[in-house]
Amino acid sequence: MKEMLSVTSSPHIRHIDTTRGIMGDVIIALCPAAVYGCILFGWYAAVLLAVCILSCVGAEYLWNLLLKKPQTVGDLSAVVTGLLLGMNLPAKLPVWMAVIGSVVAIIVVKQMFGGIGHNFVNPAIAARIVLMVSFPSFMTKFYEPFSGVVASATPLAATADVVPSVRYLFFGMHSGCIGETSAFLLLLGGLYLILRRVINPFVPICFIGAFALITWATGGNVGTQLFSGGLFLGAIFMATDYTTSPSTPIGTILFGIGCGLLTFVIRRFGSLPEGVSYSIILMNILVPHIDRLTAFKPFGAKEVAKNE
Amino acid sequence: MSVKERILRPVKRIHGGTPLPHLKHTAEQETVIMPAPARVRIPLSQHIGAPANPIVKKGDQVYVGTLIGEAPSFVSAMIHSSVSGTVAGIEDYAPGGVGAKCIVIDSDGEMTPDPDLKPFPVKKAEDIAQAARACGLVGLGGAGFPTHVKLKPDGIDTLVVNAAECEPFLTGDYRECMERYDDVINGVYLLKKYLDLKQVIICVENNKPKAIEQLYQIATDYRDADDTVKLMKLPSSYPQGAEKVIIYSATGRIVPPGKLPADVGCIVMNITSVSTLYRFIATGMPLVAKRITLDGTAVKEPKNILVPIGTPIRDLLDFTGEDFAEGARVLMGGPMMGNPVADLDSVVEKRNNGILIMTEAQSKQQTACIRCGRCARACPMRLFPSKVEAAYLSGLSDRYNELNVMYCMECGSCSYVCPAKRPLTQVMRVAKSELRRKKK
Repeated sequence: MKEMLSVTSSPHIRHIDTTRGIMGDVIIALCPAAVYGCILFGWYAAVLLAVCILSCVGAEYLWNLLLKKPQTVGDLSAVVTGLLLGMNLPAKLPVWMAVIGSVVAIIVVKQMFGGIGHNFVNPAIAARIVLMVSFPSFMTKFYEPFSGVVASATPLAATADVVPSVRYLFFGMHSGCIGETSAFLLLLGGLYLILRRVINPFVPICFIGAFALITWATGGNVGTQLFSGGLFLGAIFMATDYTTSPSTPIGTILFGIGCGLLTFVIRRFGSLPEGVSYSIILMNILVPHIDRLTAFKPFGAKEVAKNE
Repeated sequence: MSVKERILRPVKRIHGGTPLPHLKHTAEQETVIMPAPARVRIPLSQHIGAPANPIVKKGDQVYVGTLIGEAPSFVSAMIHSSVSGTVAGIEDYAPGGVGAKCIVIDSDGEMTPDPDLKPFPVKKAEDIAQAARACGLVGLGGAGFPTHVKLKPDGIDTLVVNAAECEPFLTGDYRECMERYDDVINGVYLLKKYLDLKQVIICVENNKPKAIEQLYQIATDYRDADDTVKLMKLPSSYPQGAEKVIIYSATGRIVPPGKLPADVGCIVMNITSVSTLYRFIATGMPLVAKRITLDGTAVKEPKNILVPIGTPIRDLLDFTGEDFAEGARVLMGGPMMGNPVADLDSVVEKRNNGILIMTEAQSKQQTACIRCGRCARACPMRLFPSKVEAAYLSGLSDRYNELNVMYCMECGSCSYVCPAKRPLTQVMRVAKSELRRKKK
């Protein structure tokens, strides 16, 4: 009698990392800043985060169900998108607006282009921009920490004399979107992702570094510019999105520097106080070109060319 | 000088490289010698090139080391009997569909060496290649390329002795270093002397400190006046032992696609090949047995076994008492590049270095490619496997050429690192065969 053996193509061992595991790590890394945001801005912020996550997952689930596609919500990427979108919203945005944002992120930006790995811009950022354009007054209404009082301006939009100290900004005692206030906790999450080898450290380093350098060189207030607004959330968690960032080492550096410079240009010369999302989305669009321009020559190709 | 200073560091480091779990459970175990199986089936094609022609017929008496298959052309290899006994016939042997013949020998259980075996005299450079040919030596690291073909002395200045053993589980070459270091070092000096080599670099991965110490000691004891035999410690980074990779690490030379190591003045020989060649020259005993690492997730007692060539895997498992559940994967070779066998009647060949039995199901958590780029970062040839897969899935086979798929050596690193569990190496293989087909 012959035994039944399995015959599969090599390699026969696989690394333990999975798509789901990577997304799980991103969620873990986002948690400290998200929880802090809820403490800072109250229970409604927590509701908003939950609504974003649930509607993102729900939208993907229904899309797959209605189009009879294999169910993909198990990879947790919709949770990441929802959490990121929620953290990019002001703390008292009406729930229905958050739902619209989530549906735009998942259906329009992600699923219509083929689902995970096929979107050409970051879904959470694209959704934030759609909300920003659609409901500008709601999207720019920020609140003072712990009080629920409408902030006159975020530190970025404020004039120099009312700006809180850099230490306050770094640890997140200021107004802003739910998840962007504490650069310290976002950095902690970023460090976790770098140690877990989930993200490429060059993207945030080049992003923040290029931005800090040019702000300093042009005489801007580096501390305020760095630690207020969405720079850390964007640089660590959104510019590092695999699908919409380059995969070559030189490409990631160019991408990071490009994001940093564009953020500076928009903040300094644009009519908007914040430029992180626009700069990332603009660089997202350039990724295929960056990838092509910085592609490797295979090992030994130079020698072949020499001999010919 | 201290030991550390005299051990060379890699000259260059290749792109990519993947840290793998070592899983070298059998490293510190003495090799077990397997007794003669009742019947061996010795394939006439255990190498790259033309199959050997049988020169025995049914009923012939053979001994261990008797020539039974003669190489018909230059790129081919001699085949010897691995047991003493009687030829029972010549049968078809087609594991995995590649057809060739095999010689079936009923063993008498005595393992009597052929009385005609005598040391092979080496007096000049050409004799080395002659010896390798007469020994039936092929690349024992797994490729099975006939050794005498690459032992032409013109233009060669460097011998790289490959003891990297970068595949997980496998420890056969390590045991060769530990158990037969005299043969290794004698072989090295023999090759150096007759091939007029300017340098010999013995390369070992740094996960084998005892082998490094052992080889260092012995190389120092044997050191000759011009001090050409060096030891190099390589990082444990898969696929360090691949031919192009090890040449680049050891010498900084680049072997372009379609070229051979000889084109850049190098010969790469597996460490067991070197010692086997020396044993043949010293005693006349050709390549008739191979050290096999029996391991894997389903193996209860992993061990190294010296197995007569042509022994069916079934007999080997009977000897060791290993048992496993239906649906397991039985691999010949390492877990990264080994081939699964469809049938336990497949036999141990010269180029085999491990038999692994793996049970755990391959991950079912496949998702779409998330474009993380890990495959491109792991690829030693600096290719972009996920782009090849995207082209494959879109039916754009005309893109294979510009994606340089022919550079791929199928090391498996891309599939290994992929978090989306895409079958990247498999697609590379398909793409390569597609291109080959188009060329014709």
